[in-house]
Amino acid sequence: MELHARDMVNWFELANEKIKQNKSYLTSLDQPIGDGDHGINMARGYQEAVNRLLAKEYSEPSEVLKDASMALLSKVGGASGPLYGTAFLKMAMAVKGKDYLDLESLSVGVKAALDGLKQRGKSETGEKTMIDVWSPVATYFSNPSSFHSNGLVETARTAMEKTKDTMATKGRASYFKEKSIGHIDPGSASSCYIFEALAEVIGEKE
Amino acid sequence: MKKIINDPNQVVQDMVDGLVAAFPETLKQVPDTFVVARADSAVTGKVALVSGGGSGHEPAHAGYIGKGMLDAAVCGEVFTSPTPDQVFEAIKAVDSGEGVFLVIKNYTGDVLNFEMAAELAEAEGIKVANVIVNDDVAVEDSSFTTGRRGIAGTVFVHKIAGAKAEVGGTLDEVKGVAEKVVANVRSMGMALTPCTVPAAGEPSFTLAENEMEIGMGIHGEPGINRGSIASADEIADTLMGKILEDYDFSGEVAVLVNGLGSTPEMELYILNKKVQDILADRGIKVYKTFVGEYMTSLEMAGCSVSLLKLDDELKELLNAESLAPAFRM
Ligand SMILES: Nc1ncnc2c1ncn2[C@@H]1O[C@H](COP(=O)(O)OP(=O)(O)OP(=O)(O)O)[C@@H](O)[C@H]1O
Ligand SMILES: [Mg+2]
Repeated sequence: MELHARDMVNWFELANEKIKQNKSYLTSLDQPIGDGDHGINMARGYQEAVNRLLAKEYSEPSEVLKDASMALLSKVGGASGPLYGTAFLKMAMAVKGKDYLDLESLSVGVKAALDGLKQRGKSETGEKTMIDVWSPVATYFSNPSSFHSNGLVETARTAMEKTKDTMATKGRASYFKEKSIGHIDPGSASSCYIFEALAEVIGEKE
Repeated sequence: MKKIINDPNQVVQDMVDGLVAAFPETLKQVPDTFVVARADSAVTGKVALVSGGGSGHEPAHAGYIGKGMLDAAVCGEVFTSPTPDQVFEAIKAVDSGEGVFLVIKNYTGDVLNFEMAAELAEAEGIKVANVIVNDDVAVEDSSFTTGRRGIAGTVFVHKIAGAKAEVGGTLDEVKGVAEKVVANVRSMGMALTPCTVPAAGEPSFTLAENEMEIGMGIHGEPGINRGSIASADEIADTLMGKILEDYDFSGEVAVLVNGLGSTPEMELYILNKKVQDILADRGIKVYKTFVGEYMTSLEMAGCSVSLLKLDDELKELLNAESLAPAFRM
């Protein structure tokens, strides 16, 4: 399994499609426990990322990740802009210089992104944020021998569903305290789409 | 949705254009950004102040740009914090070499975007410092969670830190006095009606004709409780009760009675009467009172009350000259 620069661009295109299709759903998740802008923010940012990626030729995956990161940073806004921006920037830095990414380097990249999210968001797992998806996904990647794209989708979806049961202690949802229980975290849902898109890209190569 | 706009997706752009056109001699727009800055920036020899956040809280924050207050304000999309590149542009536009002080309201989005901008600025050799304002007593104060939101009390931070910078305070001194304001200011708000974000087209929540929400945030985030509409005196009692319970204000204070967008000044004065009575009953002396729209929430009806405990330093800085259109003194 080798992901080249054009596969990485494809990843962002697929993620953009999913986010666009689910824009109102993401926003509706953000309404009861946030400010109802998550879908709008993500759709604006991912469209910009794809526009920029398609306008350029890339030879290295890390360059794609870096440009995507910059687009997200400057277009998403809110809390998720700097968070996703940081995640993809850290991923880019961790795989810099590689011509293609295999499962091992993807694992290194996802782990670096997770660490970046924790540091930027000053948060840990279990606080009802996108970290609750990135963390089990990073763990799933850490064992390349048993990796399968279906397993990636399942890991991300299960983790996203599980945020329903937790109480938010970070982000806007934390103002709702106990009342945040019973709702899926919007950032976890958008992260789930991103990993579903990655699984599709990997799946074509399995 | 009934609004005086052209295109719901262009409101920030159009507002910034109109604002700068209203004050051409004192304000300028940093090209290709939603950053508004003092026309004479960067001001030589002075620490510069940058604030900002989502739009929809006018006159916050661009109305506070002017001699004695802010040097620049970054206008995000409506209720969405501005991105790091925009904040970075603001920092670059106002830095005179003395450093740039960032006033950040405590929302995860604002904190993260401003922090990233600060990192970009530091990488270019610009000195930056910040303060995080968290005056809303409606939210529990906790170091394990996101903690309290920043609301109307932020205006006092702009005024006092801005005055300190104007009289030649260093970046450390400006930070010091800003932190003192944050430590001594508390606010709480309530809402009677929701507001509609133009791009959303519909109100973010609903309140029945006979309902009000106490402790509502400035983006329509939930409050402490929803109840039947009460009298101005009862509302003042509730808001002041919570504020006074949270911090010992004995001594002298400044009072800010703030309208959220569509509450008539008449009602704000009615509320203020009771606020003053409550303070008098407690033996707390009022040094200065501000009544009006300082930090709104689009067309929401409702108000907030802020108290700032003063010492001699804060009094002097609060009284200093300000040429900001929304806070002339
Ligand atoms: N401290 C944090 N650490 C990690 N993730 C976080 C943190 N705070 C929020 N998030 C994630 O960000 C998502 C919300 O993103 P969104 O774009 O809606 O920003 P927002 O909070 O509405 O920002 P703003 O207040 O500026 O509007 C949450 O669902 C959560 O997954
Ligand atoms: Mg949101």
